[in-house]
This record gives sequence, C-alpha cells and structure tokens, in this order.
Amino acid sequence: MHPALSVIFFTTLSGAGYGLLFWSALAALGGDTPARALLVATALALVLASAGLLASFSHLGKPLRAWRAFSQWRTSWLSREGVAAVLTYVPALAFAAALLPAMIGSRAQGGPVALDAAGTLAAAALMACALATVACTAMIYASLKPIPAWRHRLVLPGYLGFALLCGGLLLAAIATPAGTMPTRGMALGGIGLAALLGALKLHYWRAIDATPLPATRGDAIGLPRRTVTVFERPHTQSNYLTREMAFVVARTHAQRLRWLALLLFAVAPIACLFALGRSHAFAPGAWLWIAALAALAGAFVERWLFFAQARHLVTLYY
Amino acid sequence: MTALPPPSKVKLGLVIDLDTCVGCHACAVSCKEWNAGGIAGPLTDSDPYGKDPSGVWFNRVHSYELEATAGCGSGADAQPAQPAQTLHFPRSCLHCEQPACVTVCPTGASYKRAEDGIVLVDEDKCIGCKLCSWACPYGAREYSAVEGVMKKCTLCVDRIYNQHLDEAERQPACVQACPTRARHFGDLGDPESDISKLVAARGGVDLMPQLGYRPVNQYLPPRPRRAGDGEAVVEEDASSPVSPMRWLHRILKR
Amino acid sequence: MREPKLNTSPSPGDEVKTTTCYMCACRCGIKVWLSDGRIRYIQGNPAHPVNQGVLCAKGSAGIMQHYSPARLDKPLLRVGERGSGEFREIEWDEALQLATSWLAPIRERNPDELAFFTGRDQSQALTGWWAQQFGTINYAAHGGFCSVNMAAGGLYTLGGSFWEFGEPDWEHTRYLMLWGVAEDHDSNPIKLGLGKLKARGAKIVAVNPVRTGYGAIADEWIGIRPGTDGLFAFALIHELLRSDRIDLDYLVRYANAHWLVVRNPGGADDGLFARDADGNPLCFDRNAGAAVDANTIDVAPAVVGEATLADGRRAVPVFQLLAERYLDPRYSPDAVSERCGIPADTIRRIARELAQAAFDSNLVLPIAWTDSWGREHKEMIGRPVAMHAMRGISAHSNGFHTCRALHVLQLLLGAIDAPGSFRYQPPYPKPIPLPNRPGKARKPDGSLDAGPLGYVHGPEDLLVDADGKPRRIDHAFSWAYPLAAHGMMHTVLRNAWAGDPTKIDTLLMFMANMSWNSAMNTRETLHWLTDRDANGDYRIPRIIYSDAYASEMVAYADLVLPDTTYLERFDAISLLDRPISDADGVADAIRHPVLEAAAQAPGRDVRGFQSVLLELGARLGLPGMVHADGSPAYRDYADYIVRHERAPGLGLLAGWRGADGGQHGKGAPNPAQLDAYIANNGYWRQEIPEHARYYKMANRGYLEWARGFGFVASTAPIVLQLYSEPLQKFRLAAQGHGAVQPPPQHRQRVATYFDPLPIWHEPFEHDQTSRDAYPLNAVTQRPMFMYHAWGSQNAWLRQIATRNFLYLHPDTGARHGVADEDWIEVASHHGRITVQAKFAANVQPDTVWSWNAIGKRKRAWRLAQDAPESQQGFLLNHLISDVTPKGDYANADPVTGQAAWFDLRVSIRKASDAQAGPSAPQLPGLAFAEADERPLRYGARFRNAQHRSQAKPESPRRKKRP
Ligand SMILES: Nc1nc2c(c(=O)[nH]1)N[C@H]1C(S)=C(S)[C@@H](COP(=O)(O)OP(=O)(O)OC[C@H]3O[C@@H](n4cnc5c(=O)[nH]c(N)nc54)[C@H](O)[C@@H]3O)O[C@H]1N2
Ligand SMILES: Nc1nc2c(c(=O)[nH]1)N[C@H]1C(S)=C(S)[C@@H](COP(=O)(O)OP(=O)(O)OC[C@H]3O[C@@H](n4cnc5c(=O)[nH]c(N)nc54)[C@H](O)[C@@H]3O)O[C@H]1N2
Ligand code: SF4
Ligand code: SF4
Ligand code: SF4
Ligand code: SF4
Ligand code: SF4
Ligand SMILES: [Mo]
Repeated sequence: MHPALSVIFFTTLSGAGYGLLFWSALAALGGDTPARALLVATALALVLASAGLLASFSHLGKPLRAWRAFSQWRTSWLSREGVAAVLTYVPALAFAAALLPAMIGSRAQGGPVALDAAGTLAAAALMACALATVACTAMIYASLKPIPAWRHRLVLPGYLGFALLCGGLLLAAIATPAGTMPTRGMALGGIGLAALLGALKLHYWRAIDATPLPATRGDAIGLPRRTVTVFERPHTQSNYLTREMAFVVARTHAQRLRWLALLLFAVAPIACLFALGRSHAFAPGAWLWIAALAALAGAFVERWLFFAQARHLVTLYY
Repeated sequence: MTALPPPSKVKLGLVIDLDTCVGCHACAVSCKEWNAGGIAGPLTDSDPYGKDPSGVWFNRVHSYELEATAGCGSGADAQPAQPAQTLHFPRSCLHCEQPACVTVCPTGASYKRAEDGIVLVDEDKCIGCKLCSWACPYGAREYSAVEGVMKKCTLCVDRIYNQHLDEAERQPACVQACPTRARHFGDLGDPESDISKLVAARGGVDLMPQLGYRPVNQYLPPRPRRAGDGEAVVEEDASSPVSPMRWLHRILKR
Repeated sequence: MREPKLNTSPSPGDEVKTTTCYMCACRCGIKVWLSDGRIRYIQGNPAHPVNQGVLCAKGSAGIMQHYSPARLDKPLLRVGERGSGEFREIEWDEALQLATSWLAPIRERNPDELAFFTGRDQSQALTGWWAQQFGTINYAAHGGFCSVNMAAGGLYTLGGSFWEFGEPDWEHTRYLMLWGVAEDHDSNPIKLGLGKLKARGAKIVAVNPVRTGYGAIADEWIGIRPGTDGLFAFALIHELLRSDRIDLDYLVRYANAHWLVVRNPGGADDGLFARDADGNPLCFDRNAGAAVDANTIDVAPAVVGEATLADGRRAVPVFQLLAERYLDPRYSPDAVSERCGIPADTIRRIARELAQAAFDSNLVLPIAWTDSWGREHKEMIGRPVAMHAMRGISAHSNGFHTCRALHVLQLLLGAIDAPGSFRYQPPYPKPIPLPNRPGKARKPDGSLDAGPLGYVHGPEDLLVDADGKPRRIDHAFSWAYPLAAHGMMHTVLRNAWAGDPTKIDTLLMFMANMSWNSAMNTRETLHWLTDRDANGDYRIPRIIYSDAYASEMVAYADLVLPDTTYLERFDAISLLDRPISDADGVADAIRHPVLEAAAQAPGRDVRGFQSVLLELGARLGLPGMVHADGSPAYRDYADYIVRHERAPGLGLLAGWRGADGGQHGKGAPNPAQLDAYIANNGYWRQEIPEHARYYKMANRGYLEWARGFGFVASTAPIVLQLYSEPLQKFRLAAQGHGAVQPPPQHRQRVATYFDPLPIWHEPFEHDQTSRDAYPLNAVTQRPMFMYHAWGSQNAWLRQIATRNFLYLHPDTGARHGVADEDWIEVASHHGRITVQAKFAANVQPDTVWSWNAIGKRKRAWRLAQDAPESQQGFLLNHLISDVTPKGDYANADPVTGQAAWFDLRVSIRKASDAQAGPSAPQLPGLAFAEADERPLRYGARFRNAQHRSQAKPESPRRKKRP
C-alpha cells in the first residue's frame, strides 16, 4: 500500500497522543504525579491527537465534508474512530478541568492530584476513550480482508502497544523534571513494554513474510487451477490502483528499515531506561525525552513499513 | 447508508464470457464515454496529452498468459490437458452481495441499492477517504484526485432504467458495445433469467469466493481448447508417393 | 438513512443523428447524441448492417477525436524549413489560389508532374476520377503498401478476395482458419462473427506467430514462422491430394481444373490454355474422346492425362500440373515442418480436420437455385470450412503467391462461396482478371483514357516506355512490379527525390502519414522530403497535403489544406470504391455533417477535402468539373455525390436513384438522395435474393441480379483460376516471346515469379541477409484500440497504450542475454533502434513483435515534449528498408509491388546503461504547440445538467496554436 505521509503522521501522532492521555489519566488516578505535569501532558496529548487528526484531513479529497464521517459508526471503523476521537475530547477536557483545583494557589509544580468523583469518572472515561480510539484506528486496518498483512491478529495489540509506549515515555519525560528520577517500576515497565513491542513486531514481520497472499492470480481471475502471468496491463502508465495499492519496497531496503525501526522504538528506549541513574551523560529527564522521541521516530518508520509492506489483493491483477 | 439493505430479490449484474473476449477494450472505452457525462461523471483524466496520462476508468481490460497444464482428475471432475493460452480479462465492479466497500464507508456515501443490488457512490457525500477502495479486493473503485471523490461502475443505472432510450438499448454501455457480445446483463437473482441460465450452462464462477464478498457478476471460464480432440488416428502410409495418374479413371461430370 | 434520489432517466441528449463512423475504415453505423451542440455520446447503431449496434474502442472514443487539440483549424502555409512544423495561417482563398497556380502550369506542361497519392481515405471513387481528369498517371491510394497481395491474389484467382471483399459464412461455418489476421478492416463484423462461432462451438484455428486477440480465443494456435504460410498451405494441399480428400466435381464445375494447358517447352504458346477458334478454353471430354469447349456442360472432363489437340499440339489439364507440383515430396508435412515451425503431425491433423469439416459435416441448405447453365438444383451443398487471411500473408514479398496458395487450398475443398465457406460480398465476384486496365494515354482534353489504376492482363498493359523502363513515379505496372494494381505509395518519395523515371513538380497527398508510420525507412524518407538540389531548391519542389490533425506529415507540407473531422462532412462509401456490402446484400453509405465545423471553435475554417478537390478542379477547368462556360459543375462534394454520373444512371451512390428516388442500383440522379440516406441511418442496402446467395460465380440468379446493378457485364459464369494464364503470359515474355518483353535485367525475375501455379520462395530479406547476423523475424500488429497514427492524439485511447514495447519470448531473451524490461538494441541490415523489451511467451520464439504506430515523433499531434509516445515509444519502420538488402528492387512483392513490411529480420542485444531510455532514434521535436495540460473533465457539464451535484464547473480549455 502506498505509504501516505498524512496517514502515517496521523496514526503515529494521534496514537502517541491517546497513549499519553491514557497514562495521564492513569497517573492521576494513581495520585503521585504533580498536577502541572499532568496538565502539560494532557495539553500535549491533545495537540498530538489534534495534529494527527488534521494530518488525516489532508488525506481526504473533500476535507470540508469531514463531518459526514461521524455518521456510520454502526458499520464503519473509520466512522467509529472519528466518533471516538471526538468523544475523547469530552473526558479529556473534563479531566483537565478536574486537574485545575490542584493547580490553583499551589506552587509551580502543582500539588499532587486528588480527583473528586467526577474527576475520577472523567479519568476513567478518558482512559477508555483513548484506548478505544486507538483500537478503532487499528480496526480500520485490521478489518480489511483484501490486505492480509493488516488482518493479522497482532495489528490491534501493535497499535495499542505503540500508543502506550510512546505515550508512556512522553509522560515519563514530562513528569520527570530536572533532578528527579522516575520510579524503578516505571522504568522496568517501560523496558518491558518496549521489549514486548519489539518481540511483537518481530513476530509480526516474520509472520507476514511467511504468509503468502490467501489468493493466487488464478483465483483473482476465476481460474484457480491455472498458473497465470501478466501479459499486458490495461494501461501502460500508472493509475490510481497501481499508485495506491501496488506500492513496492525493495526487500533489502525494507529489512534495513525494520532494523532501524526496532532500534528506534525498542532498543533505544530500553537502553535509555537502563542508562537512567547509571549513566550521567544526561539528566534522567533528558534520557526520557531521548527515549520518547526515539520511540516516536521508530513508530513512524514502523508505520511506514506497515503500509509499504502490506500487499493488497488487487495487485494480483497487475 | 453503510449498513447493507436486506438482500434484494433482484440482483442486477454482468456476465463476462472469457471464452469469447478478444481484449478489444471496447467495453472500457464505451463505459468511459457514457459515464463521462453520466451520473458519475466526469471521469477526469489528468495530464491528458502529457507524460503520465491517468484517468478514471470503471472498466479495465487485462491480458494474461496461462501456462499449459497437464490433464488431471478423473470422472466428472476431470480436467483435460490445456495448452498455454492468452486470456483477456475485463475487470469492473462486481456489485457484491457482501460489499465491504460499502460497510467501511464512514459517510454513507457508498451504498448498495435495496431495489436491485447496485453498489453506488453518492458523490455529494463522499469525503474522498479512499477506504472503500482499500476494502475492495477487485480494484473496482477509482479515486479521482481532481474531483476529490471516489467513483465506480454504476452498472449504468442511468441507462438501464432510462425512459429516453429504446427498450432494447436499456443496458449498460459496455454490454451494448461489446463487439463479440461477450458481455451479458441481467438479473442474476432470478434463476430463470437468460443470464442465470447462461451461467448455469457454462459453469460461471465467482472471483475469489473465499473472501466472502459474494460477487453478483459472474465470469464464464474459457472452454477447453481443442487441438485435435485427442482422437486416435489411423495413419495411412504416407511414405509411398502418390501419382496424379490415380485420378486418370475418375469419372467427373460437368 | 435513505438512499439518495437518483435521476435514472437523464436525457441522453437533445438530438440524435445517425451517420457512419470513421475512427477506422470499417464504416460502422453510429448514433451521435448531441446535447447543447456538444457530443454527449456515440453509440453503435443497432439498425446498421455492418456493426448491428456494437461499437469498438476507437468508435467509442470518437468524442476525443473530434475535440482533439491536434485538430487543424485553418489552411497553413509553411514559413519555416520543411519539416520544422512552422506555419502561418492563411485564408482559403489564398490557399486555393496558390494551389491552382502550382497545378495549372503542370497540367499545361505535363500532367504526370503531379503525383497524387492518398492514404486511408475512402474516396477513391472521386480521387481516382479526379486524377484521371487531371491527366496524371501518377495516382494511387494506400493499397500498395497495405494489402494489394490479398486483393490481387484474390482477384486474379477468384474474382474476389479476402480483405474486405469477402467474409466467412459466419452462420454456417464449422471450421475457421485465420491466417495472419490481427484486426483487419472488418473490425466489428469479424468480432461479431467470432462471437457467433464461439456460441456455436465451431472450431477456430489461428495461424499466426503471435497469440493475442483473435488468436487468444482460437481453439488452436499455430505459431508459424513468418513468411512460411505458403509452405504450410502446400503441405495441407499435399495431404489433401495424397488422401484424395478433394472436391474434384467442384473443381471442374467452378474452376479451371480441367482446362488444357499447352505443353510446348520453348514455344510461344507453352503454358497457355489450349483454346478453340473462338478463344474458348478446351478440356478433354472422356465421353467424346476429344478436346471440347471447357465451358460446356454434360461432358466428362479429364483432370489428368495428356491430350493431343486437333492441331497436334499436346496439352495436359490444369489439375494434373497442380497435382504434380504439390504431391512432390518437398511439400510433404515432414519436408516443410522445420521451416514453418509446425510439427508434421499437426499439419496432417489440420488437413484431416479441414477435410472432415468440409466433406463429412453434410451441411446442406434446402434452397433451390439455378446454375449458370440453367440446371436446377434442389439444395445447396455446404463446405463449412472458411478461411480469412490478411496482412500476415500479404505483407511479405511472397505474399501474392501465398494468397493464391490459400485460395487453391480453399478451392480443393470446394470452399469458395459454398454454404459454410468463404463468401463473396457484392459487387464481387468479378470477371478474372477484372476488365479495367490502367489508363495509359491522354485524350485531347488532357484527361487520361482510363482510371490510372487497373488490372493488367498481359505485358501489353504495362506502363513502361519503349525501353521497358517504368513510366509511373512509383514504378507500378512496370516489369519490376507488373501487377501493382493499387500502385506503390511506398516508393513515391524516394523516386520523386531521385527523379526516377522523371522529376515531378508537385506532390499532392491526402490522409497519409508518409513522413512517419506509413513510410518504410522513415529516417531517409525525411531526408528525401527535405533534400535540396544544387540550386538550393527542394528536390521535391512542392508538397500539398490535406490532413485533419497536426500529424507528422503536416510538418513536411508546403501548403496544408485542413480537412474536417468525420462528423463535419459528407463522404460517400461507394460501390465504385470500397462499399459496406456483406455476403447477403449489397450496401453503400454516407457520412454527413452532424456538427457544423465553423461552430466547433472560434476561427475554425476547415473544408472537406473532397469539396476542395472539386473546387480546385473547377479552378483548373478540368473536364467534368466545369460547365461549358467555365463555371464550377458542382457546388461541393455533396452535390457531386448526388449529380455526378460515371456512366448514364450510375453514380457514387446506388440507393434511391431516379427522379423520385424509386430506383436502386442504376437510375437518374435524385436531388433528394442524401436525405433518403440520412433518413435511413446513413446507408442503403439491398438483400440478395435467397437463391442467389451462394455459388455466386455460377449462380444464374445472382449473376442476373448483379448485372442489374452493373457489377458484371454479362451473366457468363466466372471460372475460378487455379492456374493463372496472365501470369504465364508474363513468364513467356521473360522467356523471349511476344511483342512486349522485359529488359534483360528483369527477365530472370519475371520468369521466376510469374509462375502460373502458386509457388513459395524465401522472403527476399531472409535470403539476402545473413541468418546468423539477423536471426529473428520482427513484425507488428494492429492494436484493436488504436488506428495507425491517429489514435494517439485521443486522450482516452492513448491511455491504453501510451508507449510500446518489443515483445519477445523469454527463451529468446535468454538466448540473447536479454532480461525482461531490458533496453535493447535492435538492428536490421538497414538500421538500428533502441527500445525496451518485454517478455511474453505467446510468440513464436524466432519472432519479436510490437504494436504498430504507437511511437510518435516528438511534439507531433500536439503531445507534450516528454510524452511517452516519443520518449519510450518507437517505430519498427526505422528498421524496415524500402529496398531489398541487395538494393536492386523495392522491398516488395515481385508480382504486385506490395510492401514487404513483415520480411524484416533483426538481431537484438542488451543496450548499454547509457542507452537505457529514451528510445532511439529521437528526432528533433516539431514546432507544434503542446496541448493544454490541465485535467480533462469531459462530460462534467452534461452531468451537472442532469444530476444534482457539487462538482466543479467544467474548466474552459486553453488552446494553443502553432
Ligand atoms: N511497421 C509497419 N508500418 C506500417 C504497417 C505495418 O503493419 N507495420 N502498416 C501499413 C499499412 S497497411 C497502412 S494502411 C499504413 C497506414 O498509415 P497511414 O495511412 O499513414 O495512416 P495514419 O498514420 O493513420 O495516417 C493517416 C493520416 O490521416 C490523417 N487523418 C485522420 N483523419 C482524417 C480526416 O478525416 N481527413 C484527413 N484529411 N486526414 C485525416 C491523420 O491525421 C494521419 O495523418 O501504415 C503502414 N505502415
Ligand atoms: N484497430 C485497428 N484496426 C485496423 C487498423 C488499425 O490500425 N487499427 N488498420 C487497418 C488497416 S490499414 C489494415 S491494412 C488492416 C490490417 O489488418 P491485419 O492484417 O489484421 O493487420 P496486422 O496487424 O498487420 O496483422 C498482421 C497479423 O499477421 C501476423 N503475421 C505477421 N507475419 C505473419 C506470417 O508470416 N504469417 C502469419 N500467418 N501471420 C503473420 C501478425 O502477428 C499479425 O497478427 O487493419 C485495419 N484495421
Ligand atoms: S467489486 Fe469492489 S467495489 Fe464492487 S461491490 Fe464488490 S467490493 Fe464493492
Ligand atoms: S472514499 Fe467516499 S465512498 Fe469511499 S469510503 Fe470514503 S467517503 Fe465512502
Ligand atoms: S456497467 Fe456501465 S459503468 Fe459498469 S463497466 Fe459497464 S459501462 Fe461501465
Ligand atoms: S468489449 Fe467485449 S471482447 Fe472487447 S474487451 Fe470488452 S468484453 Fe472483451
Ligand atoms: S470498427 Fe470501430 S472505429 Fe471502425 S468504423 Fe467501426 S466503430 Fe468505427
Ligand atoms: Mo492498411
């Protein structure tokens, strides 16, 4: 599939944003993180999610009609995603509002958060909405039968994993001002998540490499018993289908990009988290920022590959 | 509109005879011509006289090579050995009964008509997200970047019911044009219709049935090639020369 | 949500007009829907006999042709160098004055200094007559480079031919053999017919080195080596003779199998038919034990055995000569198998299948008929084997004889105009050879004594001077190409440049892209067109050209006369030229303006070339084109179509003649004739009576019917010529007999190739080049969706093939170190091109091929500078020489002069990386403005008018001019 930058930006940025919202809400429920950090995180998350959504608009042929996309939530994952994305703003804003009391009158850091019942509800709803939005995004792809690589059962966990990893690292970075250290548990959790995600992607890649398309060119033209090669395409130049669906990336190039992605979203964060407290080259906050940005960059490369390496069945015809 | 209507009794569609199609592209161009000014027009062409001309086509004709096969199977299922073949294959929307292209549409622009099963795009609602084209395994959806909306075969809905046309001409443009008459149009929901009978007689097939889209359009596979029909031949002696004088005593009458 | 409300009954237009398509030469009936003066839609006309409602890809793209940005709008006068494409627009009056001032002195001085050659037009009934009235012998249309081998091979054998003058009996045939046909002129009728055969389960065999299109749906594909079909046909004949599966009764009834041929080696009568005192051919009647008039009935003719004539000479029947020749072991399947690339068993099987289909199908039509001799038959015996052949046979230097070989094969099966076989389309069959000989001398009024083209019956009819040198600029009807019945357009430019035989002054051309895809040796052709003599004058002094579009050829004209598009003018598709008849009826047709030219674009001022020709004729005062007072005899072409009489009562159109329109065939001019055609979907057709539809060559009913229309002068049976006496006459001349003899240098050639029975010889280029140096055959095929050069300006058609590839078998690639999609250098004895290769296994491995005429000159047709047509596309023509490798003759058939396009032999090798695109040669771009590059939103306005929509309004088209 043609890796459209707009869609890649959208899924990676908004994914990180929703991940960040999830963790922020969770942190607020946990009550240890200062309100200010959570507010900053929530604001950043909304910026990321909104930027992603805006990027996705540029993918549309008729962006001004985008509002229509909310109507078909009964059947369409894209519609559901839109609905979920917009819905998420409600608990997100409520959550931000719930954080405000802790900020008022307190010092620069903001006091620890103690959510009231409404705030708790908002946080819980925010967590659910954020994850639901990411899940909807994943399901847009995972529901497409013509693209077997996307139908894979690891696609949904993968999307959630990237959202959580990027969001988590971002929150950790934001919540770790100069001089302080994140908890050991958090670091270990980050390492675990990154490792898990790395393993998941490796497994996924191996799986899609090993699985041929579920149909042959013979099936595509209704002659399943024949071995079929292309003699002439309908048109000698490219067309929408060949540009959109018949994107090919060279194997070796893809392999290199896979290692790069893995390095960025798994190895680098793990290394950074290990380095925390052991290496003094950077402050702990800086290590976390490096980890977060690496993970985001890794997610970007991974997402590019997710498109570029997905073969659409229509390519059988070409 | 994205929810599918209950299955319609009438299932309008095309039957394409791959045994007869010579790959002339008439169906593709006549489709383009009618639909350019039709309900789904224009079928915009970008760079029309330049380096990379690329337009919207609802129907595209592919050409393939089939490798030779050894015969296999036995009894009713037997497949005769077949030589290598060239096959022309026109591809357009199959007006599936389970069209994911419709259900994925976030806006309701894509829909399947309750009345006759035709799958259409309402261009006034379409936001050009292209998701439906991803959801179609048959490559039947055509996005126009210039128009910003998705387009597709309309089964010539503005011809087949068109009161301005003679009754006999109320058929899709591609069917009317096809010079070998390899294309047929009709109600595949009615087992008694001419084209349903044709499908039954010729063993019409669904494309990629395993995907579950349940295409309405049917393709008639090429008939087995006949190079000698495998008949056993008693060769007479070809080595001894024959003289013209063998006809010396032939009585002929003018 | 509810479904949106649709308008499923939009108006398809406010007007529908019926006319005849001209996106190719097939002449289908179309219905043109107009909305607000623009074309909404063009569809096939179900009421038309040619296409019965279907429409091909080209026809469907007529909209884009009519609105092509390459359309010419005004007369153009060259301002730059010839070939640059720089012009100044002028008014018609200036253009016509100029043309008249060039032509008038020529007519005074020597009309032959005008060379008038036309291409893909269907106006030969007018253009040939015009040339005759002008008085030039130097006239021809495109047939010489197209398929004159088919025409001549057929007309000298059957009095009819393949090409578009006959058709398989689509309703009844059970076995169809297609020899070298990719598309042909009967584009839609053939496809309709193939569809019928398929539905009936008849067997289709395609003999073709490439398996595409029709070959793809054939039951059997015979991937023959190019140029060897004659051998294959002989092997089939050999088998049929050997197994005695032939229709001898048919052969003595309808053909000349029993005619006696004089055996007198060295004598002036050797090989001629033995005739009685009245000139009737003789046969040996076994009952009478004597030679009798071969045409009498109730005799028992011998088909073998030497007879002694009354005067003591000895003679043998044609059939014996035929059987002797083809029973020879060198024509056995085993002997030809290797050269043809067809297994001997396959040849034997095909022969058997042919015989089975012909003789064992027991097809009988219960139709009573009367033969030429008055005998009544209760039924028509069928021979349901049909053949169709085209340029795969004819575009070889052995094509004339191969075509005859196919006809002999058909005759042995009794499969000419029998139910289920090949059938004549009226006005064919005609007497053999056709009576009209080429015009040679000028009458006092300066006109020629007969039309410039015709059929020679013997050496005395040639257009040669006292020394035996050619008189015509194209050397047609000379000793080098005696039966060049369609002229030889492919030799004109070289000869005009060389002044061979003499210099010409003005070259007038119409609808032929002679500077590009219809030229052999394209590159040198451009040189001949632009070369100057010692005085700095162009060696071809003046070129006037009529085209409708900015083609490559336009750039080489001094004066360009812009024609209308096919939707803006009157045309007559006349029985005097190439009518639209079918085997069951005679038919002709017209085109008429469905759009007004001047309204199509601001400043557009174009005129139908036929009208222009008539006006030029009037200005020149040509006989028949002016009244006694010198005023024009015809207002325009429409007026000419209606009023002109070739002979009393005989005009361009056969329908609705007579003052009241009640006569058909012959009759006085009818002023309302065109209206009658327009009201009848643009055509006229008369069915042949049912009893007259088969055995037309000897069917009294048919011949009487045909005489009524003037197709034949008498109802005498037309005897099909297995053995061709006119050919023998040329051979005798070459052997030193007769008053007109070839000069020494042509003797051997004429003696060799004027064999009265079909022969097979290696195509010249195969023998005259090294088989090691040039191991591959290279041919082209017509793409079904494109018409020669003129499809690429079409925004829709060009998207199907914006460029071409050279296709080769993967094994061939491997043998030559070439990989799929490599750029390769292709060389012939004559030239070298660099192109991109593509693998496909559907080709005979010793053959490479490409689609014809996709490659374009840069900027021609107003395509963009970087259009793939010129950047990656290519012409094989750069490799095809216009002369044989030896350089002694045109690259053509030695009998008819037919251009031997498919004799081409090439070598291939992988190109260097530096050569990997663009294709080479790349010639400088023409100075034509590029077309508007903005997206084309054709139809938006119709849609908006009929359907609710938020679509953008259609953007006005920017138009550039040269
Ligand atoms: N390599 C190779 N070369 C071949 C052949 C091949 O098989 N292989 N085939 C040969 C054969 S059989 C043929 S017939 C020739 C065909 O070759 P051409 O006869 O040259 O055919 P076109 O290239 O279509 O050119 C016809 C010209 O007519 C112009 N034209 C189109 N419509 C109109 C009109 O309405 N009025 C006027 N006045 N002009 C118009 C077009 O613009 C174009 O310039 O090509 C020959 N060349
Ligand atoms: N769509 C379309 N239709 C056309 C035209 C067009 O340009 N486009 N042009 C028109 C004109 S002018 C003409 S003359 C006709 C020509 O009509 P066709 O004769 O059908 O035209 P070609 O494409 O030249 O076909 C030649 C065929 O012969 C095969 N061939 C080559 N060499 C040999 C051989 O030695 N033996 C055998 N058996 N086969 C061989 C080639 O592979 C090819 O399939 O088409 C007319 N119709
Ligand atoms: S062919 Fe494709 S576009 Fe047409 S109905 Fe089926 S899924 Fe939808
Ligand atoms: S492109 Fe248009 S029709 Fe297709 S899914 Fe998106 S909104 Fe629906
Ligand atoms: S049914 Fe109509 S829209 Fe569909 S492919 Fe045929 S012509 Fe085109
Ligand atoms: S028009 Fe008919 S024969 Fe031609 S490509 Fe289409 S289906 Fe095939
Ligand atoms: S075959 Fe096609 S282009 Fe030729 S006349 Fe018929 S419809 Fe027109
Ligand atoms: Mo031709």
